[in-house]
Amino acid sequence: MQQSPDQIRQAYRQMRLIREFEERLHVENPKGEIAGFTHLYSGQEAIAVGVCENLRDNDYIISTHRGHGHCLARGCDPKGMMHEIYGRADGLCKGRGGSMHIADLDKGMLGANGIVGGGQPIAVGAAVACKARGDGSVSVSFTGDGASNQGTVFEAMNMAVVLKLPKVFVLENNGYSEHTGASYGIGGDLKTRTEGFGIPVWEADGFDYFSVYEAAEKAIEHARASNGPSAILATATRYFGHFEGDPQNYRAKDEVKNFRETVDALKQMREKVTGAGIFTAEELDAIDDEVLALIDASVESARTGPTPGADTMMSDVYIDY
Amino acid sequence: MAVLTMRDALNQALHEEMERDPSVIVMGEDVAGGSGGTSGNIEAAGGIFGVTKGLKTKYGADRVIDTPISESAIIGLANGSALAGMRPVAELMFADFVGVSMDQIFNQMAKFRYMFGGKAKTPVVLRMSMGAGMNAAAQHSQTIYPMLTMVPGLKVVIPSNPADAKGLMKQAIRDDDPVMFFEHKALYSKKGEVPEGEYLTLFGEADLVREGKDCTVVALARMVPFAMKAVDKLAEEGITCDLIDPRTTSPLDEDTILESLSMTGRLVVVDESNPMCSIASEIASIAASKGFGSLRAPVEKVTAPHTPVPFARELERLYVPSPNDIEAAIRRTLANQVEGV
Repeated sequence: MQQSPDQIRQAYRQMRLIREFEERLHVENPKGEIAGFTHLYSGQEAIAVGVCENLRDNDYIISTHRGHGHCLARGCDPKGMMHEIYGRADGLCKGRGGSMHIADLDKGMLGANGIVGGGQPIAVGAAVACKARGDGSVSVSFTGDGASNQGTVFEAMNMAVVLKLPKVFVLENNGYSEHTGASYGIGGDLKTRTEGFGIPVWEADGFDYFSVYEAAEKAIEHARASNGPSAILATATRYFGHFEGDPQNYRAKDEVKNFRETVDALKQMREKVTGAGIFTAEELDAIDDEVLALIDASVESARTGPTPGADTMMSDVYIDY
Repeated sequence: MAVLTMRDALNQALHEEMERDPSVIVMGEDVAGGSGGTSGNIEAAGGIFGVTKGLKTKYGADRVIDTPISESAIIGLANGSALAGMRPVAELMFADFVGVSMDQIFNQMAKFRYMFGGKAKTPVVLRMSMGAGMNAAAQHSQTIYPMLTMVPGLKVVIPSNPADAKGLMKQAIRDDDPVMFFEHKALYSKKGEVPEGEYLTLFGEADLVREGKDCTVVALARMVPFAMKAVDKLAEEGITCDLIDPRTTSPLDEDTILESLSMTGRLVVVDESNPMCSIASEIASIAASKGFGSLRAPVEKVTAPHTPVPFARELERLYVPSPNDIEAAIRRTLANQVEGV
């Protein structure tokens, strides 16, 4: 644990923020106030935070349909995100994107993406801009085990190698591609496949923030130093269904319960940090309380936030319309 | 004025814009060509149709990027680099290859700005060759611009001559919205006068190619020179037509078409695309709804048939609307008089 207490506090808070944001959405979703599809990231927090804590302001990330965690880890405003998920005019995307399309260009967050495998070619494009600027910036894409079977991901990997781009592929294996097991859907294995393109892969325990952070540190440094693309392969699970409302008939009865009680990312981090005497349980509880209050306030204001007026329907289809 | 081919006019536009703005980059299969070859020639192709010739030699490999054959990733390169501040001009060797990269076009670049609440700018130009006439058969000959014209967020440009091609390309590169730029293969070697010096051709402004009083003819791309033949032949008989080249289908200059229709009362729309859900049917529908009071005869659509593009010379010739087809359609609409009008 070579990180400073400040870094660890920040990482713990980010992970807690993602956890509570998602757990709360799981509670709010059945109430009927949230429209559309919602895909939750609970269980995978250590991956988004372990990667994003290594990033600089001028780096880029692109996310997936399961994007809330990546957005929060990249520093998107939780309240603005909550308002967006509730379809409010003052949401991060003015209520025109929703859960699956949250983006914040000012933060180098190039969007969650409703198309599985749609983001990776775009992230390679951002890496072209990073290389052109020559400022050591990198472009990071998050890819689930499901998306890793899309041809676009293979194209993106090959393109990044051929053009020797500062591109980091984060492969998140959460065990399920929608309602089908990753073990069924993946021919070969993700590490060997990626290495087949000549991309070095750093593996991490996706439940362990420190494991992800260290793998990401090496992978990102590799890309920053103009050595071409790199990859991180992190394995974890998702605590909820593919989408909210998914009955998860494909999962063994106690599967999630066992993960939550044993390797859970927040639980692990608390044990490590308190065990090493860096923070007391009370200090971490105080962070939890602050995060919970923030989520409460975000949901409360999102529930009553302004709905977009009909006059905004035609805005931003083009620069001038 | 210089006389240039459309190929050279487009090439000039790319050179000028790359010179003017260092954020302009070019990418695609064989846009330079020669990378990894045994000849050592770093610019062995200059684009399959020669449009990107000389760019790599002048601007280097970082700005003129030879890519693998990965159309989704090529357009992804354009999309991501545009979001990150560049002005990419990506090339799809053939417009038909939209088929393997459609997601990056209509789900991604077209929607960023809207989905992301107006924060994103996506100044991508996607160049692609199109059109029948080279016996390139069903997967290398299509004019698929109607498919992209129907997508909100995209602009669609279809030049018919070298001067417009240059001015429209320069405008496309400077435009902050994604622009689909269709180049007809059979027009690349056609010559035309190109103004000296700097000029831009604005989108949504149709060109009135011929002026007349008896009929309004609207045509795009290669159908413009074909329509000119028909219109000029009829002029010898004293039948005169307005010939309108919209130049862009999104935005579409409806006003010029409707204004002409209000004078002539007759409309012939010529479109090399298949007839269903085409630009021809769109313009016919505009005439039926907004120009109904002007119509003195049914609208004539001159399009390719509802078939794939055939290979054999005889069949391909039948497939592509000809000057004779256009002439016949004009004669039909002139002979046709709606009762009571």
